Amino acid sequence: MDPQAAKMIGAGIACIGMGGAGVGVGTIFGHYLAAALRNPSAAQGQFANLIFGFAVTEALGIFSLLIALLLLFAL
Amino acid sequence: MDPIHQFEIKNLLPIARIGGIEIAFTNSALFMLIALALILLLMLGATSSRALVPGRLQAVAEMSYEFVATTLRSTAGPEGMKFFPLVFSLFMFILVLNVIGIIPYTFTVTSHIVITVALALLVFFTVVIYGFWKHGLHFFKLWVPSGIPIYILPLVTFIEVLSFLSRPVSHSVRLFANMLAGHITLKVFGGFVTMLGALGFLGWLGAIIPLGLTVALTALELLVAVLQAYVFAILTCIYLSDAIHAGH
Repeated sequence: MDPQAAKMIGAGIACIGMGGAGVGVGTIFGHYLAAALRNPSAAQGQFANLIFGFAVTEALGIFSLLIALLLLFAL
Repeated sequence: MDPIHQFEIKNLLPIARIGGIEIAFTNSALFMLIALALILLLMLGATSSRALVPGRLQAVAEMSYEFVATTLRSTAGPEGMKFFPLVFSLFMFILVLNVIGIIPYTFTVTSHIVITVALALLVFFTVVIYGFWKHGLHFFKLWVPSGIPIYILPLVTFIEVLSFLSRPVSHSVRLFANMLAGHITLKVFGGFVTMLGALGFLGWLGAIIPLGLTVALTALELLVAVLQAYVFAILTCIYLSDAIHAGH
């Protein structure tokens, strides 16, 4: 196989990992919203935790995006 | 239409050549200076009058101060306020750089990993050095959670050390990749407009859709720019909190 084509396919496969991060981020925001609707007065206090959970989850998706970008432009 | 072209670093003013390394005043340095000047203007302009009832400029400065101070107090406790200058500088610097980058024909400094790694390593070494200075060898307790059965403690400690060491990686790559991916997406949709426009009248009609999407994506990018500056600041607060209160 042409190495260039293999790189492109590899980058595409690497991007699948971002789907998992998408599920995770959706779960975090969904659960936050569900809890916030049950108890709106406590929601504001958990905003920092929400963003922290979002950031940690998103990091894993970003890692797979990084692999894809490395394959496409750096290696 | 190369979507990567916008991230090119140009030499504006060659300064010196030491060994094989060229030292020059680049567009990256120029935009960092612009961001610094904007922050200085905001802060100096806001504090020059010091009215009891703040004007518009003073209100912006006070709100940004209160915002960062509240975040720092709630995550790192009152002791964390000694790190307020660091966190506030990081937040304002990244926020202004991100927001400037959205303006067309400007350069996004934070889309280069060398900048974000430098900022993340600054935070990382601040945490490590302050942690060891304050707690001495007790700082190692950070990686040994209490109340864990002894037979899985080595595994948990290994995972804790690994996650501690991967912090600067995720801290820097998150900001860099968000900025990079957002700006590439904008450029790709902008490219669709010109590609469709080359087809003639019907192409211009069809180009309305990607053009509208570009406007919507710019709004999304503004959200991402502010959110990523906030995420960078809040993660800095959480990491500093580990250094201040070592041990779980």
